[in-house]
Amino acid sequence: MSATAVVGKAIPKVDGAEKVTGRTVYIHDLKIPGMLYGKIKYSDRVSARIVSIDTSEAEKVPGVKAVITAYNTPEIRFGFLKDNTALKKDRVRQYRDEIAAVAATTPEAAEEAVRKIRVEYEDLPAVFDPDEALKPDAPRVHQTDARGKPLKDNRLRLPWRVEAGDVKAGEEASAFVAEGEYEVGWVTHCCLGTSGCIASFDPHGNLTMYSNTQIPSLARTDYMEALKAMGLRGRVRVVNAAIGGGFGSKLDTYAHEYIAILLAHRTGRPVKIVFDREEEFFATSPRQPVKVRVRQGCDAEGRLTFREISMVLDNGAYTSWGATTPTVMMMPATSLYRVPNVRFEATCVYTNNTYCQAMRGYGTPQVTFAIECNLDELAEKVGLDPLEMRLRNANEPGEITPQGFKVTTCGHRECIEEVAKRLDWKNKRGRAGQRGAKRRGVGMACLMHVGGGAKIYRSDGCGTLIKVDDFGNVDVFSGSMDIGQGLDTVLRQIVAETLGVGIERVNVIVGDTDVCPWDVGVHASRSTFIAGNSALNAARMVRDQILEFSGQMLEAPPEILALENGQVVCREDPSKNLPLAKVLRRAHFAKIGNTMFMAAHFYEPDTDMLEGEFKGNYSCTYAWGCHGVEVEVDTATGHVEIVKYVAAHDVGRAINPMLLRGQVQGAVMMGIGYALSEEMIFEQGRLRNPNFRDYKILTAKDAVKVEPVIVETEDPAGPFGAKGIGEPGLVPSAPAIANAIYDAVGVRLNRLPLKPERVLRALKEREAPSGPCGALQREG
Amino acid sequence: MERITIRFKVNGEDATVAVEPHWNLLRVLREELELTGAKEGCGAGECGACTVLVNGRAVNACLYPAVEADGAEVTTVEGLAGPGGELHPIQRAFVEKGAVQCGFCTPGMVLSAKALLDRMPLPSEEEIRTALAGNLCRCTGYAQIIEAVQAAAEELSR
Repeated sequence: MSATAVVGKAIPKVDGAEKVTGRTVYIHDLKIPGMLYGKIKYSDRVSARIVSIDTSEAEKVPGVKAVITAYNTPEIRFGFLKDNTALKKDRVRQYRDEIAAVAATTPEAAEEAVRKIRVEYEDLPAVFDPDEALKPDAPRVHQTDARGKPLKDNRLRLPWRVEAGDVKAGEEASAFVAEGEYEVGWVTHCCLGTSGCIASFDPHGNLTMYSNTQIPSLARTDYMEALKAMGLRGRVRVVNAAIGGGFGSKLDTYAHEYIAILLAHRTGRPVKIVFDREEEFFATSPRQPVKVRVRQGCDAEGRLTFREISMVLDNGAYTSWGATTPTVMMMPATSLYRVPNVRFEATCVYTNNTYCQAMRGYGTPQVTFAIECNLDELAEKVGLDPLEMRLRNANEPGEITPQGFKVTTCGHRECIEEVAKRLDWKNKRGRAGQRGAKRRGVGMACLMHVGGGAKIYRSDGCGTLIKVDDFGNVDVFSGSMDIGQGLDTVLRQIVAETLGVGIERVNVIVGDTDVCPWDVGVHASRSTFIAGNSALNAARMVRDQILEFSGQMLEAPPEILALENGQVVCREDPSKNLPLAKVLRRAHFAKIGNTMFMAAHFYEPDTDMLEGEFKGNYSCTYAWGCHGVEVEVDTATGHVEIVKYVAAHDVGRAINPMLLRGQVQGAVMMGIGYALSEEMIFEQGRLRNPNFRDYKILTAKDAVKVEPVIVETEDPAGPFGAKGIGEPGLVPSAPAIANAIYDAVGVRLNRLPLKPERVLRALKEREAPSGPCGALQREG
Repeated sequence: MERITIRFKVNGEDATVAVEPHWNLLRVLREELELTGAKEGCGAGECGACTVLVNGRAVNACLYPAVEADGAEVTTVEGLAGPGGELHPIQRAFVEKGAVQCGFCTPGMVLSAKALLDRMPLPSEEEIRTALAGNLCRCTGYAQIIEAVQAAAEELSR
């Protein structure tokens, strides 16, 4: 590994001091002169025709400046299939449907006005189960697509299918086959800072959106389309406030943003809409629920022969990125472990439930739960230790997977071995003779994720602009965004390292589309890799400019010069060393120079966007990992306690080990919540637990101290060798825990979360399979 | 609605605010006094993002009636750093231990930690976890927060 001054160091987050002193400005804290407060009237019905909307009483509330509905505003369509509209006309399809909105001088007036909006509905049949929704006589959620073309049924026309090798032949060659059905429900991001925006028009009709989006550039395009739909021709600028948590929730644009735009335009004043916690729960889009069927087989020695996965996704009533998660689920489905013959198929179905979005892991936690639980079942059929099963099939550097992913560096095997060692697997797995109510067991599960961007959009690029002043201060304008993960710190490290200056000299500017170059957004664990490479390349260009100029000044070839410690250093003659600032000023002011150093670079990875057969290489490199967990199951209560948790990740190289640990620890805790406690409870489309009292994210009391194992494979494509790490940490948590529960008490749980009542039911059902508890299990 | 005038100390300075009877302390701090360090994460006392100290005790400002603050001493996160801006040892430990990510829970977390360390200079890990159990964090997974409180406790006890 190359010697570095600041890369690889545990440097505290550069925005830390602002955050601990309360000075950071989130959207909630931002006020603009003349600003009004917007509030939304949501549907009272899950599926109905809107007969009439009476806003007359709302308009009379003092302070109200506008009340809008779909009937007095232009239609703004949005979403992946453009099947959603900012305000709903004639028909509602889910409880979170926006019927009307108010702008008023105070939040209280806006709330009062919303309460006074009267809507008359005519109920229509609804469907909540995706399997039911697929039946020919099921109530139809949409009659037509966005263009008005009639739809035959509730199935989304999306081509999520990939096949490689010969699955039938693979099955025939199998000595053992395991088959299972797995179900994962809705969970949600629970950002501590809720969603919100401020829309503001200038007198020329140009829109500024103050936002907390993860996708400034794409959001800008969305808002431009909205202006077009409104018949406006102004420009759009997106300015981000600090983001109080992302996790994928802010990867799309939402109705409330378009409503703020409509209200701002109607009133001629800035309009702020910020969600309260209940809205954040029911009116943002959660993780995609999935029912997965897995079949996989192996030969007599446990080598995988085939894998077949089919799944049904409850899309909800409209389409956002949730419906595209199969494009990423395909990756572990076809390529986690060496499997020669694979088939993957996903069906997305409209229902009257809430519609779904991206959430950390983008589908891979769901499909990995199915694959990894099923792999343990297969290992058992073979009579192999699950550890041995995994080692025997682990991915290797240099392989090209059946789907066409080019595996470059790969620490998969090392991660498994590290977990086994640290968990004392050989001694702890399959402990016999446990007595008492509390039983212990160990389990593991692996992950594969994109580690070098993901071309799920036509461009996976990011731009960076760098300029240097007369004193050696460096401004870095990146298209990417810090959402708390520490992107600004990582970019500072990369640029400081490359230009040989102290990290305090580097300033990173993100989150303003008027100033920052284009970037596809903060998703797919791509920012350190893609924005990092972009910044690295721009910094190298600036470095080369400086060295070229220094060469002229010093009459030395640039090849023997370097930038270190704020100096231009001559490797062959240290007496020629010059302070960087002196060189910069000479370049600026002297006749031989008359230049200032700046450079721009747009980094577009050399990867394939998958279409048609869905084969190719959509990431520059892949991230690998293995999680191992020891649990203690209380057979009297069904409670599962995590005793030890080891998370081994191939990270390429840790640019900042402290921030990296934060990503892994935080993701694992989210993964443990996904496994054990988190669940959005919907009844007939109505969310029953839209608060932190009834939706259980883990607290400091539940915190499990994760033992992170950083495996550094130094990927040649990554900036200083780094791969992405934002998402991988929560991908294998649930299957690792489920597998450990099986080791402890011998019951397999195929449905998340693994709540005490489900564990208990499974234990009781095993004792009395035909008893009443068996019936309960099916309900619960 | 008739307003009630309350007088209290915020971060050592006198404050006089005319409040409506139903206002909570968070609204007074954020909207009337422009102390936006305390955050509203839920408005229901479930997340702790609005934690401030009232007479040294950590409270959820979103549930605390503004009129109850009359005569009280309130400390918000803006009141922790020294006069020259030097960070309080708890704040410094949060930065140095990687206990901050998105930062939305941080002001409340820091103040819950301060209330704990003021009353219990060297708490056990379990006592720290209990003291912070009302402050939700979705980013960090808490481990580095707990370590930061431990580090601050050691420094403050030195």
